[in-house]
Amino acid sequence: MHRVLGDRRAIAILLGPALLVYSLIMLVPMVWSLGYSFTKGNTINGFTGNGVANFSRLLDDPAVRDALWFTLKYAAVVTAGQVIAGYLLALLYVFFLRRASALIRTLVFFPVVLPTVAVGLLFQKFFQVAPQTGPVNSLLNALGFESVDFFGSAGSAFWVLIVMDIWRSMGFYAVLLFAGLVDIPDEVLESARLDGATGLALIRRIVLPLSLPVLMSSLVFSINGTLKVFDSIVALTNGGPGTGTTPLTLYMFQTSFTYSDYGYGSTIALLLTVVCLMVSLVVYRVSRRDLTEG
Amino acid sequence: MATIDTPVQTAAGGPAPARPPRTPRGRRGNRLWVRIVVALLLVVEIYPMIWMFLTSLKSNDDYLNNSTWSLPTTWEWGNYTEAWTTGNIGLYVQNSLLAVVPALALMLLLGTAAGFALQIMVWKGRSLTLLVFLAGMMVPPQMILLPLFTVYFRTGLSGTLWPLVLTYVGTGLPLTVFMMATYYRTVPRELFEAATIDGAGILRAFWTVSLPLVRNALLTVGLVQFFFIWNDLLIALTFTNNQDLRTIQVGLLNFTGDFGATQYGPLFAAICINVFGTLLIYLFLNQKVMKGLTSGAVKG
Repeated sequence: MHRVLGDRRAIAILLGPALLVYSLIMLVPMVWSLGYSFTKGNTINGFTGNGVANFSRLLDDPAVRDALWFTLKYAAVVTAGQVIAGYLLALLYVFFLRRASALIRTLVFFPVVLPTVAVGLLFQKFFQVAPQTGPVNSLLNALGFESVDFFGSAGSAFWVLIVMDIWRSMGFYAVLLFAGLVDIPDEVLESARLDGATGLALIRRIVLPLSLPVLMSSLVFSINGTLKVFDSIVALTNGGPGTGTTPLTLYMFQTSFTYSDYGYGSTIALLLTVVCLMVSLVVYRVSRRDLTEG
Repeated sequence: MATIDTPVQTAAGGPAPARPPRTPRGRRGNRLWVRIVVALLLVVEIYPMIWMFLTSLKSNDDYLNNSTWSLPTTWEWGNYTEAWTTGNIGLYVQNSLLAVVPALALMLLLGTAAGFALQIMVWKGRSLTLLVFLAGMMVPPQMILLPLFTVYFRTGLSGTLWPLVLTYVGTGLPLTVFMMATYYRTVPRELFEAATIDGAGILRAFWTVSLPLVRNALLTVGLVQFFFIWNDLLIALTFTNNQDLRTIQVGLLNFTGDFGATQYGPLFAAICINVFGTLLIYLFLNQKVMKGLTSGAVKG
């Protein structure tokens, strides 16, 4: 039997094409990009060797420091926001809506499938102050406040970005975490209630520890995605005002394609990759430790 | 695990509650604050969509001079034709379809075959190969853009949609292979033993026996990847340096430029066209989409 399932020719035919395409599009370029980090130039003008100049530039570049700081800040705030908002929604679904929650679940999920560019443009118009006073500023005016130029400063633009990305994805995390909460056996909750645990105590002592695994995997998934943020920022602020909302991904893109410096662009891409791997590793380690102790 | 055991053990011996315990799970949202929260949630989710749609039907004057809450004074359905033709959205949608459909077909075919080879077939080194595929999900796409740009430029593919198709297949394969391999785990190997005893080769058994079995999984993975590719901006922005090759996302991002001055009605109409396309799919297949996207997350 194993002769049939171990047929080398068949394995090569089935696996070969996928492995070939994957290697050519992903694996080879990764190594190649590493090589670009030691050069200067671009595809059109050709490349010249540059030693480790790109790396020493990376260490001294204040723009890199800003972009890295922005990336980490954005990832931390959005990850916390997404997972907390999602968890609150999931608690709402499980404990207060129960049967009625299917429709709400589906409805809150829908922004996930919307194109990010469309959502970005929509939020830009929703929060704008000129040429038209958008709904958010109109609401502020109606309540007696002055209009706010949300995109005039990096600080407020950052918060619009946060609001948008939480709006976009909280339904997703709600469904993910909902699946974890539904798995908690009713008997466990019932007996905890008989012990007198209600409300917050019930959630903190029983529900939270039991849903920790799915909470941790949401966290890992979220941080992995938010470190790579690109679309929503390009569509909403394009990194502005100035470079106030520029993450590493966008800085790499601009360095490569606006300033045609592929060598330095590759070096920034490498930094981004290292950051992603390191953060994932740390989160994974921490979550493992929590699980074994809990 | 200690946390579960404690309440269960003490349940019998614990003090009896003075009054019947409050059971939030039993009440079906009849509390006032639950209703308020749900109402607020509905407004936050739906109002932006309504506002966007109403604004897409306003004339430029109407948009700039009247309150943002108001209904359109005249309903300008012409904004949609304007966006579709003058705004080139028609062309962009066509480009998107020409890139997405072949990429999706190729990715599913290659990914399913690889998933089969990795899960059903028996050979040394298959778990290592799966790991190699998985590594692709961790690395940010910025790491592969520049070398690919060079290759596409040197081989003369740059003026076509091929760079998009190829890059989408390559970047989509890790998740596709992984999800298909997981689905094949539920299919017993004996099935293929039986099929091959009947005289069919293993390749034939893959095609005629296994594919119908994972039909549902194919649809789920296909949907998930469709949304990823259709909504992609980074890869499309990198490889479409020619205006006529823009996908819907790149076209929408640069929409303002094509009219000279910004035409708000057509701009909102273009956003609506982009949004309602994906919304329509979600309307019919929402349960499948939700399941697919979240399972992709848990496994990834």
